[in-house]
Amino acid sequence: MAAQLKPGQGPLDYGSRTWLKVLFAAIFFVLYAPIITLVAFSFNTDKRGVVWRGFTLDNYTKAWNNASLIEALTNSLVIALIATVFATVLGALTALLMWRFRFPFKGAYEGFMALPIVIPEICMGVALLLFFVNSGMMGLFVALPWPLNLGNIIFAHVTFCFPFVAVVVRSRLVGFNRQLEEASKDLGASEWQTFWSIIVPYMKPGLIAGALLAFTLSLDDFVITFFTSGPETVTFPVKVYSLVRRGVSPEINAASTVLIVITVIATVLAMKLQAPPKADKV
Amino acid sequence: MENWKQNPRVFWTLGLPPSLWLLAFFIIPLGFLFIMSFSDKAMVDGEVSITGYDYLTGITNYIRAFDPLYLGIMWKSVWISALATALCLLFAYPIAFGICFAKDKWKPLLLLLVVLPFWINLLIRTYALIAVFRTQGYVNKILGWVGFGPFEMLYNNFAVIFGLVYVYMPFMVLPLYATIERLDKSYLEASLDLGGSQFQTFMRVTVPLTMPGIISGIILVFIPCLGSFLTPDLLGGANALMIGNVIERQFKAANDWPFGAALSFLLMYATFGALALRYLFTLRSKGVDV
Repeated sequence: MAAQLKPGQGPLDYGSRTWLKVLFAAIFFVLYAPIITLVAFSFNTDKRGVVWRGFTLDNYTKAWNNASLIEALTNSLVIALIATVFATVLGALTALLMWRFRFPFKGAYEGFMALPIVIPEICMGVALLLFFVNSGMMGLFVALPWPLNLGNIIFAHVTFCFPFVAVVVRSRLVGFNRQLEEASKDLGASEWQTFWSIIVPYMKPGLIAGALLAFTLSLDDFVITFFTSGPETVTFPVKVYSLVRRGVSPEINAASTVLIVITVIATVLAMKLQAPPKADKV
Repeated sequence: MENWKQNPRVFWTLGLPPSLWLLAFFIIPLGFLFIMSFSDKAMVDGEVSITGYDYLTGITNYIRAFDPLYLGIMWKSVWISALATALCLLFAYPIAFGICFAKDKWKPLLLLLVVLPFWINLLIRTYALIAVFRTQGYVNKILGWVGFGPFEMLYNNFAVIFGLVYVYMPFMVLPLYATIERLDKSYLEASLDLGGSQFQTFMRVTVPLTMPGIISGIILVFIPCLGSFLTPDLLGGANALMIGNVIERQFKAANDWPFGAALSFLLMYATFGALALRYLFTLRSKGVDV
């Protein structure tokens, strides 16, 4: 009997079952094949993008020289950067509040803070559109020079990003040893000093991970931007949307590839930072 | 945790900015939408005004939403979302299971591979699917070599369901992975030792014990599917309208904001209903959660 139990053959060694491996390979293939072909065909010389005709960087130069595409990409990056700063600050404040204090209706408040995460994006988009139009903010911001005319979109992005940051930062704070804070106060540090030199350094990985999350969320958003942008302000996803409706072109592939590279780098960084380093388990 | 009264100054400094922000840019906008859903377009000199509204006129918009045409679209949104969620579960369970039983050094990489597409822009992923499925796309090209096709694979329900499964799969894998990872594997050994087959063990032990993860995954996939706009818009076109597309039309092309607002609120109520169900399930499963 013992001969049957060689490594990889036990009843619970599901990881080594062939059918599971095949299924894994199939699902990952379906998941990645479209994205990989998209990237590959951004280097294709064929205009219609169906058959591989040869390697070229022309699509990138064409995308680079397409002023409206570059403008949209710049807008997206500017919006994402500004929204990230605000969202990180607001998210960190929320996380600190929930972590530190007991207060009446805390459960309800927590649910309220999670609303922007669970509500359908399209509902939030149309609500903000209605609000911006009726409050006069739409007319006000659209008339301003760049980059102030992106104001509406930035407000909208901060609103759906910061609850996510709050979740990430709070999960980091859970591991904090409160005695460090008490020790700091016992030793005569003020509230502010304790916050700045004890809590903030501890929060830092959470803050960076949260900020990167907010950055990618903002950069990715189509639906809410679609409703809150004025007629003159176009972000990258909105631009791609209008191009895709007209058909497939290798130029979109090139621009998409650039955005994929940016997001993948941001994600991998965020994941590295979120995984707690083995040394600092308190 | 300290009571907020012990340190009210710090409490308000931390609490006010995010609360006010959410009030101004979330609660008040939703309030506007709520009022709009009970309003009608104003009549000026016997003609329907483009920008004027008569506020709080009644529930005509909600009554209109129960017109068979819109009920049909709502029902379609529900079944398309339900089918997409079921398919996600079917494919995600083996993936999550496999990752849990994979070698430790492979786990982070496999998880990253599952999550990574989720971070790539939704629009780009949808565009990639269009390139694969369109009439001159890669799938039809390959079918052409074998002598089939070309088939029209876009702009139908199949394309929308495929797109939704493709896009929301990570939402299903993560909660499943979290519960299967926590599952005490000795229960599985016990079941197998006592003569249960692999299939019996899976159905009678693994599935019930990972039910909380299954429920979370179902809710996490079902909610965004129900409210999706981009996937049915680009992959389904006019043949596979979902409720999100109808809402978008009311706010863009049809310019009927009150009706769009009413539909948005119906969609939100459906979402809250799904969340409430999840809450009930977590309450019930508290006793048996491992």
